[in-house]
Amino acid sequence: MKTSTPVTSVIAAIGATVITLAQNWKLAGFILVLIAGAIFPLCASGVFTFQITQLLIYAIAIAGLNLLTGFNGQFSLGHSAFYAIGAYVSAVLMTQLDMPFYLTIPIAAAVCFVFGFLFGLPALRLEGIYLALATFALAIATPQILKFKPVEHLTGGVQGLALFHLKPEAPFGLPFDQDQWTFYVTFAVTILMFFLAFSLVNSRSGRAMKAIRDNHIAAKVTGIDLSLFKTLTFGVSALFTGVAGSLSALLIAFVAPDSFQITLAIAIFVGMVVGGVGWIPGAFLGALFILFVPNIAEHIAFGLSAFFDLIRKVIPFFPSIGEQSAKGLTGTVYGVFLILLIYVMPSGLAGLLRLAVQRLARARS
Amino acid sequence: MKTKKYGKKYGMIPALALGFAVAMAGSAFAQTPGVTDKEIKIGNINPYSGPASAYGTIGKSIAAYFKMVNAEGGINGRMVNFISYDDSYSPPKALEQVRKLVESDNVLLVFQPLGTPGNTAIQGYLNGKKVPQLFVATGATKWGDPKKFPWTMGWQPNYQSEGRIYAAYILKNHPNAKIGVLYQNDDYGKDYVKGLKDGLGAKAKTMIVSEQPYEVADPTVDSQIIALKASGADVLFNATTPKFAAQSIKKMAEISWKPVHFLNQVSNSVGGVIKPAGAENADGIFSTGYLKDQLDPQWKDDPGMKKWFAFMDKHYPDGDKTSSFNTYGYTVAQNLHKVLLAAGKNLTRENVMKAAASMKDVDLDLLLPGIKINTSATDFYPIEQQRMMKFNAKENRWDFFGEILSGEVRGS
Repeated sequence: MKTSTPVTSVIAAIGATVITLAQNWKLAGFILVLIAGAIFPLCASGVFTFQITQLLIYAIAIAGLNLLTGFNGQFSLGHSAFYAIGAYVSAVLMTQLDMPFYLTIPIAAAVCFVFGFLFGLPALRLEGIYLALATFALAIATPQILKFKPVEHLTGGVQGLALFHLKPEAPFGLPFDQDQWTFYVTFAVTILMFFLAFSLVNSRSGRAMKAIRDNHIAAKVTGIDLSLFKTLTFGVSALFTGVAGSLSALLIAFVAPDSFQITLAIAIFVGMVVGGVGWIPGAFLGALFILFVPNIAEHIAFGLSAFFDLIRKVIPFFPSIGEQSAKGLTGTVYGVFLILLIYVMPSGLAGLLRLAVQRLARARS
Repeated sequence: MKTKKYGKKYGMIPALALGFAVAMAGSAFAQTPGVTDKEIKIGNINPYSGPASAYGTIGKSIAAYFKMVNAEGGINGRMVNFISYDDSYSPPKALEQVRKLVESDNVLLVFQPLGTPGNTAIQGYLNGKKVPQLFVATGATKWGDPKKFPWTMGWQPNYQSEGRIYAAYILKNHPNAKIGVLYQNDDYGKDYVKGLKDGLGAKAKTMIVSEQPYEVADPTVDSQIIALKASGADVLFNATTPKFAAQSIKKMAEISWKPVHFLNQVSNSVGGVIKPAGAENADGIFSTGYLKDQLDPQWKDDPGMKKWFAFMDKHYPDGDKTSSFNTYGYTVAQNLHKVLLAAGKNLTRENVMKAAASMKDVDLDLLLPGIKINTSATDFYPIEQQRMMKFNAKENRWDFFGEILSGEVRGS
């Protein structure tokens, strides 16, 4: 009785796809993320697009550190150095050789891998806090090396390199402005990098990395080449963070030693801990934290001064912060946030999410 | 084992949530830039936290200044809404905060963003958007380039022109000097050294006998001072920030080295540098100035200075009355106040830039007598005049001498 028309066959096809997706919801989730990413810059404001692009960049950097610390048990307080190298490789290639930005990403990645690998060699002899200290020194030294006279003609010294005029437009006459296009480029690279990260930690090499983290003597007994895996992990970790740095050169369109101070290294570290050590998607939560919580803290510090003034109306001898001094409290509020977070969720936001999911599952059954 | 499975299974959730949150949050903003009949929105970024947070008080004193303006009825009937965000002296953060100011707060202009790196990061963006980047808080020489950046204007005298003033003085009064240079190893210190060398011209090579840089993170400059003395220099050119300036003056007294001493104006605060170093050790030091020093007794009865003290008492009571950053903030805010008054009722970004670029002999409360602010369509350097001065330990103050000097360094 039924005749097949184009309409019904389309409906049938959609229906079939929905059923497949419902069964394979990992794939469905991935497609949803793709769609969200494609639509997002079209309906968001420029500044919000900019912030989310920055968030993705931080997430890549944090994922890089997480590979090293969360999956291989090596500490680093120096990832701002690799971020800086990635950014500078892109910036120097763009200004000196007029290279298109896209080509500079893989080169930045390769250079950072080599740097990370080489730094991983001496790091083999250092464990725990000693390694943290050595990498800390790397973070301190990098901004100064960038100002060093022999490389000044390349790096632009303290003045840095401005790239506004080199920022790529959307190709093929696509109707996107620079914010939108930068987001799409970053989004694509983010998907690639997280795909690589997931694949790595679930591969044989990933298992070897984790085995070294959990018990390096046992790992060695099972035939894992400790030094090779540790240095390689350092290289891969630096590669991720370097790619993030390279993208940041595109987004900010300006590199300078002041952009890569130790505070950046600490931010990446905080992002990893907050997001959850040893959990790759936690990088997004960590990035969310380091990007937006300082801004929120600024508003809270401001609100706090108004609140104190309100109390003063009732209790006259209550101390006043004053609207102006409230500005200085931003850091304190941020610190309080961080302490509370670590206290309430010792395993980061990842732990909290896991707990919530467990509770939810238990409630259902 | 179990938790691990959950981690894997629900791994996509945060990414998804992010996607949704993001898709829903966006919206476009209207294009009216920060002016209504009742309000003018002015944006600012300052390092309230981080390594350069000592500068934060500049932003606070500007906020206090506009509080005073509002208490007195605003500007042409409009209240000033001064929105200032923390950029922690980080260029990426500076760009993010400035974009927030322009795109979500819809400010009329960005005023006094602080620091050379941060300003470089936002310059391309603000000029692309045609938003005024007015009176940037840096002494670098590159901020007055109206051809390339018609929306960016500097304010304070630039470091290079000050270096040239000392060079001219040295050439005239100490033609056979052996010059030792102490400088901070960053753009600020290097700009001063460039000004000095350009001013000395061909003689720079033979006259400068030793150059000693230090890093801002160094604990002291003792070893540099000793090396400079050992070099046989009889003139010291001292391009250091306050902490190091005080250290160097003290150390020189300790090792009784007494060269002719030129101290950059960044560090010529009587309260912040000379007093901690010991006024008797600073006798005879040369410097230049363009602002009155509130700790200098000669301005005690000056009407402009009295106004400033009254302002501090009333509107910024927890501010430090000995800090030169607070006189600086007050003065630059007063300059913007005058520009906004001059731009009149019809406040557009173009009009503000036009008013800023046509200041004629503008006088401000705390400018040294005789120093005036002048700009034109081709001159985007508001303060170009300075006076030389010599420290008088007996009176504990700077004595001005000579005429008003004009820096000639423009563009880079």
